[in-house]
Amino acid sequence: MIGLVHYLIVSATLFMLGVLGIFINRKNIIIILMSIELILLSVNINLVAFSAFLGDLVGQVFSMFVLTVAAGEAAIGLAILVIYFRARGTIAVDDVNRMKG
Amino acid sequence: MIHVLAFYLFAAFVVASGALTIFARNPVHSVLWLILAFFNAAGLMLMLGAEFIAMLLVIVYVGAVAVLFLFVVMMLDIDFAELRAGFVEYLPFGVLIGLILLAEIVFGAAAWKAGPLQLANRAAPIGHEAPNIEQIGTLLYTRYIFLFEAAGLVLLVALIGAIVLTHRTRGGVRGQNIDKQNRRRPQDAVRNINQPTGQGVEL
Repeated sequence: MIGLVHYLIVSATLFMLGVLGIFINRKNIIIILMSIELILLSVNINLVAFSAFLGDLVGQVFSMFVLTVAAGEAAIGLAILVIYFRARGTIAVDDVNRMKG
Repeated sequence: MIHVLAFYLFAAFVVASGALTIFARNPVHSVLWLILAFFNAAGLMLMLGAEFIAMLLVIVYVGAVAVLFLFVVMMLDIDFAELRAGFVEYLPFGVLIGLILLAEIVFGAAAWKAGPLQLANRAAPIGHEAPNIEQIGTLLYTRYIFLFEAAGLVLLVALIGAIVLTHRTRGGVRGQNIDKQNRRRPQDAVRNINQPTGQGVEL
């Protein structure tokens, strides 16, 4: 029978894939943003799995807030990406630190 | 039986399409694999009985976020071959980080020892008399109404922020200035002259 642990393993695998995606696609910020979406998806699977197996609805409500923040983050991140591309003509994130802030 | 089969199908597709998202050569393919991962995650959540979250995943993630990614990937003229230059170089480092994370998760799971579950202390027990969406709605519009409005504020800030960031005023566009048009009088615009024949006209 499928238990809580099965869902947690899927979620942990997805989380690790997201972290791996950030590290191996270090130049392409679009893939990095997609990796962040994968990480947030794995967190959502975790929350919903615990919510279902403990019989507590609050996990699903919290998962909805995570989803809201993920949507906002994607919108702002892509907007910053678009204006960065307009100014520089590239999206390589290696030389974003030119302001040396 | 069908439950077990469906779980392994969805789980395998989520993990496989997640891996293909980060390994795909073409970012457009990456976005399409991401969409497949979201669909299968929605299937997993349906199996858990979270119908509202599953539909939200399909509508918000697939319908809005993934399409936004697709739009940006296709709109920007980017040389993706150049961006992949350090892929092989970063791979061992990434795998090392992944293995460290895996070891930590295994270590944590082995060391984890929960006390007895206090199911009586649940904040909002799932009942069986109402459907999932109705229960979430009842909870969201009563006890978590302020959190719900805060989420709406977050979305509003994201909306305005994205517009403010990407908006630019173009120069050299001839727009209609209605106020200027209305203020214009005939004596400013029309001039009667008595033009003699054979001489040039001065406008």
